[in-house]
Amino acid sequence: MREFLLYAAGFVLAMVALGLVRILRGPDDADRMMAAQLLGSGGIAVLLLSAGGGLPAADVALVLALLAAFASVAFVKSGDVARANKSESEEGK
Amino acid sequence: MNVELVFSLGLALLILAVAGFVIVARGSFAAIVGFVAFGLMLSLAWMGLSAPDVALTESALGGGVTGALLLGACARLRRASDVEETLGLVGRGAALVLCLGVTTGLVGVVLCLPDPAPTLAPVAKQSLASTGLGNAVTATLMVYRALDTMLEKVVLLLALVAVWSLAPDRFWGGRPVFGSRQEKGGPLSFLARVLIPIGILVGIYLFWVGADAPGGAFAGGAIIAAMGILGFFAGVSAVPAVSAFRLRVALAAGVAVFLGVGLAGLAAGTGFLTYPENFAKPVIVLIEVAMTLSIGVTLALLVVGPPGESFGP
Amino acid sequence: MSVALNVFTIAAVSFGAFFFLAGTVGLLRFPDTLTRLHALTKADNLGLGLIMLGLLPHVAWPFGALKLIAVWVLVLVASASASQLIARKVRDT
Repeated sequence: MREFLLYAAGFVLAMVALGLVRILRGPDDADRMMAAQLLGSGGIAVLLLSAGGGLPAADVALVLALLAAFASVAFVKSGDVARANKSESEEGK
Repeated sequence: MNVELVFSLGLALLILAVAGFVIVARGSFAAIVGFVAFGLMLSLAWMGLSAPDVALTESALGGGVTGALLLGACARLRRASDVEETLGLVGRGAALVLCLGVTTGLVGVVLCLPDPAPTLAPVAKQSLASTGLGNAVTATLMVYRALDTMLEKVVLLLALVAVWSLAPDRFWGGRPVFGSRQEKGGPLSFLARVLIPIGILVGIYLFWVGADAPGGAFAGGAIIAAMGILGFFAGVSAVPAVSAFRLRVALAAGVAVFLGVGLAGLAAGTGFLTYPENFAKPVIVLIEVAMTLSIGVTLALLVVGPPGESFGP
Repeated sequence: MSVALNVFTIAAVSFGAFFFLAGTVGLLRFPDTLTRLHALTKADNLGLGLIMLGLLPHVAWPFGALKLIAVWVLVLVASASASQLIARKVRDT
């Protein structure tokens, strides 16, 4: 059972890696904002599977969930500034 | 081949790959996203090394608060000048070589350690019973090395003062401009109203549970800071003015209580920062309550930045 | 009894891993940022939920299980809102 869970964890980790490659390469900044989402759900899955659902893992999973949401908001909000600055500098020219 | 070995190897390679990406990424935003990803992956690695306390702090700080801090700095830099990045290929190459050198050195040291490696863990565990705590990490932080922990909090405060000193003279004591008051009722507002109470609860829970299980004041404080920053982002709470009295009380509380307990130990005749016999745990919890509050407020204000004119995010 | 639970765990975790695969395939192959976001959010969260379901028999009842379920609900709520935010950002560009 533990071996199976580890296999599953490895599989999900591979999925996260593939997704990360695609996202980080994405030509637009908007693509990269999704990284927090991917790592949030994927990371929690890998964590819980590799720990077999044990209790300290559940606490870390809770923190990861909160932090993934927070990171998404931070990314979106700073995208605001980047766009505002870019449009300002374009108008100024 | 062993499944665990393959999994650990895969994770290590992924972390290295993400770190490599951060170095070669074009554009600060991409690099910061990569850095946050790196932090979250690293916390998985800490879990694999059976260090849940470090994993908690790594994800809360490296994944969340530091990411927000870097994004804010990046935004300020963009505003100040239109230069995207100034470190050329040579500079990056030099940084890469330096990092590789340090890494090789560390790997060499770890691999050359005698087997079994010298460690103080058994000694730390032996004295746990007398402290009344169940978590050796918390005992190390709050009992064995309490002086270090107190001085760290002082350093944190000094960092905040340094950030505040960046404000132009005419704004000193004013409100930092951060976040925005916009869409009441959009998804961000909803997310903030749902997430912040839960987050604060989780932060308090982490600090409380830290006495006997992985957690502690720092992780709890970092979560609370992240929730505070989220509130500023969403406009559900206003950024306090730097000179507000209650704010300064909250900031100073951690160090003040710590120092107070230390001096009380001195007055009782047993020495600076010693806890009374058989009464250690309540005193430790008292210090931790003040510390969690201070850490949360300090970290949030560090990200928010100095008071100044409007620029976003 | 425990054989049935093990089969349940293996089935649920396998389905969950499959949904992660589907989400990653969508992430890699969909043409547009918004469609990629959709694939990522929906499929990955469902995968996480199934994995969570599969791990439930192995954790301490009641608090361990309740904590896991709370983590999943939190991830659901957070990623729903965060993906809305990212989608608005993309749409407004």
